[in-house]
Amino acid sequence: MDALITQLPVGLAIGAVLLLAALGLNFTFGQMGVINMAHGEFIMIGAYTAYVLHAWIGVNPAYSLIVALPVAFAVTGTLGWLLELGLIRHFYGRPLDTLLLTFGIGMILQQAARDTFGAPNVDVPAPPWLTEGITLGDIRIHYARLFILTLALTAVAAIAYYLNRSRQGRQMRAVIHNRDLAAVTGINTRRVDATTFFIGSGLAGIAGVALTLTGPTGPTLGTNYIVDAFLVVVIGGLGQLRGTVIAAFALGMLNATVEAWTDASLAKLIAFTAIVALLQARPQGLFTVKTRALT
Amino acid sequence: MARTRRGALTAATTALLLLTTACGGATTDGTDGDTVTVGMLHSLSGTMAISEVTVRDSVQLAIDEINADGGVLGHQIEPVIEDGASDEATFAERAEKLLQSDDAVTVFGGWTSASRKAMLPVFERNNGLLWYPVQYEGLEASDNIVYTGATTNQQIIPALDYLREQGHTSLYLVGSDYVFPRTANQIINAYAQAHDMEITAEEYTPLGHTEYSTITNDIARTEPDAVFNTLNGDSNVSFFQQLRSAGVTPDDTPVLSVSIAEEEVEGIGADNIAGHLTAWNYYQSTQTDANTGFVEAFTDTYGADRVTSDPMQSAYNAVYLWKAAVEEADSFEVDDVRAALDGITIDAPEGTITLDGDTQHVIKTARIGQINDDGLIDEIWTSPEPITPDPYLTGYDWAADLTG
Repeated sequence: MDALITQLPVGLAIGAVLLLAALGLNFTFGQMGVINMAHGEFIMIGAYTAYVLHAWIGVNPAYSLIVALPVAFAVTGTLGWLLELGLIRHFYGRPLDTLLLTFGIGMILQQAARDTFGAPNVDVPAPPWLTEGITLGDIRIHYARLFILTLALTAVAAIAYYLNRSRQGRQMRAVIHNRDLAAVTGINTRRVDATTFFIGSGLAGIAGVALTLTGPTGPTLGTNYIVDAFLVVVIGGLGQLRGTVIAAFALGMLNATVEAWTDASLAKLIAFTAIVALLQARPQGLFTVKTRALT
Repeated sequence: MARTRRGALTAATTALLLLTTACGGATTDGTDGDTVTVGMLHSLSGTMAISEVTVRDSVQLAIDEINADGGVLGHQIEPVIEDGASDEATFAERAEKLLQSDDAVTVFGGWTSASRKAMLPVFERNNGLLWYPVQYEGLEASDNIVYTGATTNQQIIPALDYLREQGHTSLYLVGSDYVFPRTANQIINAYAQAHDMEITAEEYTPLGHTEYSTITNDIARTEPDAVFNTLNGDSNVSFFQQLRSAGVTPDDTPVLSVSIAEEEVEGIGADNIAGHLTAWNYYQSTQTDANTGFVEAFTDTYGADRVTSDPMQSAYNAVYLWKAAVEEADSFEVDDVRAALDGITIDAPEGTITLDGDTQHVIKTARIGQINDDGLIDEIWTSPEPITPDPYLTGYDWAADLTG
């Protein structure tokens, strides 16, 4: 029980990182069904955006991270939008080709980052107010983790609002439920696709900025998170925001508690076993879209 | 009857092959007119590229310097550069190509133990000579490899001696889950048992792991005297960031790392790691005339923002050691060069180093460093004298039970 309590903030922290990495995929993969292997590289570009703002443009590290969030959203969002417009659009309905295409683009982006910023990791200094932590009894709370958790939950709230309340968001949901019917009612599905991709990729950028607080910033940063992010989206159920949130925190807690009893290698192994078992029982994930469309 | 005919055929083919080779112009020892071919085999792509590219750069620097100075035995060195692609099978295959198709007289290459173990049979089969530049877990000696980095008794054991001298008697072990940390921790456990030290925990995480809160919180709670860190690569960034936010300072619990050099400090962020310790045989700040020249030449060639590290320096030394051995042997043939290895001495950036012919390792000084706020490493302790390599730890009673 003690271990459970001390590991609670650790599990929430791991879950928040997973959630941030997976939120964008929830749009592009979950909603549109596009397997975007370059999503990890969008995360990487988000992280480098924070680096560029600090190291090249000279924004004060005390708030460069905050400035980097919207900038990274715009940069990776635009990149994603261009990618959809220029390439992915032509591959709809061909998931295997899309997978290979985006994998290749991921490699190109990685090499571009290596040539621009060098192969070694770069240092993105955390704002001084995020480097420490506080101890409450047995529990240690890291400010950086608290920040990531807040950021992830804020993003979830914003997305929920967008999908449920805004006109564009509702159009997006209509397209997922039944693309043809949505088109018949006058929704411009092309524009909805482009918007979805913009937001999904932009969220990757935000994740990248946040991840500079807890991990390395290098050309291969994205590969550290991409598999876990796909897992979270698949476990949660495609396109299910609620499912993604629950899956991310469940996976985080599972990792943290098992690690406290055994070690990190075994925790990873047990988590993967649990995922395999879960997908055997519920291949569609925790939640599914109820739709009458013939898919 | 059939057998003799086949035998005759084989003989004829062999003769023909020999004839074509002889007519080919190039001799089999890899020299061609006034050049000599050597191989350079590092990961230029994939996860290990981050480290191995820096080693490639320093090997290239040494070759350029030697060429500008007239080459080796009057031959200009012509490197053939291959990419190991962070993949053991590729390393073995490229090594085979360098030795057989390119007739490289020697090869400078490798970083991970996995890549070295994959190349070893290739070099033994073809009787090639590999110069391996990185500190490693010991328990190996091949006639076809020269190890210019440290073995365990030149890095890990001196580090333990240092910690013990400082009165640190309880150690927390954290490492990546693969061969080097596991072997290193076996040695550390045996050492601790023999010297009345306590190992409070031994934690392994998968390569590339980024979630260290559980471990850093545990370190903060259990307050060991010191942490012995064998994490590799990117994981160090997460570990030190999260150690700092767990409230562990180098004054309370210093972390001694064996895989973090100047190059890695940049990516971790000097703020996050300043004050912690490292164990190597060379630092950019090492005070020797040869080092002043090396650092100057390196930054002139590759840019003032580049740093030099122990593996880079060991790779750089390898080229000069090879040159000295070739000149001693007056031949590029592997067998002649090997026979000349024992006692070869050069003035390296890390100080005067000597090759030990028995183990084909280098006799070198161990150094403990402390990372400063500028991201460089200050030397704070040096072994009293250069340490003779002992890859199988035969000279240590307590190590008798270690399994290889």
